[in-house]
Amino acid sequence: MIELYLFLFIMLIAAVIATEIKDLLAAVISLGAVGFSVAIMFILVQAPDLAIVQIVVEILTIVIFVAVVFRTTHIDETIGKRFASTHILSMVLFSLFAFLFLAAVVQSLRELPRFGYATMRVASEYIRLGLSECGGANIVADVILDFRALDTLGEATVLFTSVIGVLALMRKIGRKR
Amino acid sequence: MIAFLACIVLFLIGLYAIVTKRNLIKIVIGFALMEYGINLLFALIGFRHGSVAPIITQIDMPRRFVDPVPQALVLTAIVIALGTTALMLAVALRIYNRYKTFDIAEIRKLKG
Repeated sequence: MIELYLFLFIMLIAAVIATEIKDLLAAVISLGAVGFSVAIMFILVQAPDLAIVQIVVEILTIVIFVAVVFRTTHIDETIGKRFASTHILSMVLFSLFAFLFLAAVVQSLRELPRFGYATMRVASEYIRLGLSECGGANIVADVILDFRALDTLGEATVLFTSVIGVLALMRKIGRKR
Repeated sequence: MIAFLACIVLFLIGLYAIVTKRNLIKIVIGFALMEYGINLLFALIGFRHGSVAPIITQIDMPRRFVDPVPQALVLTAIVIALGTTALMLAVALRIYNRYKTFDIAEIRKLKG
């Protein structure tokens, strides 16, 4: 699994670049590097459905980001300005929170099964019944479309709401000048 | 353990961008980074050594699969992340058209 750790490293480097660089277009492309590293890691942990969806969603995200950056400006003019007092306060608060959060996470990750040894109490039932009860050979599709179909209904509701919101925000007709 | 911690660090980088950056696009990028971190953490928790993807290719194959439940949850979360990112970017674009800046320190006055 050495390649998994390599991609985790690349992902973290690209994430730091995406938050710190001055050019917004470069930041968006670094975000794309993070997303495609995640897609490759999904393939490495045997999740091909997630990899396909991640690649499609990542391309759409990058296209929307680039469209917004091209219509506006691609220089992050806030980088290099003098630090305001609220900025320093937010830095201090964030580092305090990050310290406490990491301590709590390290404690709670010990309770989880180790990496590569998942306990599958619920999933064993889904795997046993998936083909006979739902008739789908892909267990992930069985779970999202049959065993947990209400989740997918909620997802469709959220997507519909966000599409309505984007349409309402981007409309041309009826806008006050 | 190291792999899980890397996902948490990615989450914290996203939170850092949200809390301390003053550019709206950087804040949206921070939200996207947090989403990637949590999705990857779920997919890594479901992994088992020596297992294959949960797709039945032969009727009597040994059913030694990785956990399909986190994969199904993450599949939903990825698509919702796209919707929220698009909505946030639409709001950012309208704010830029009104104020001609992405700097949240200069977007103070609510012009009617």
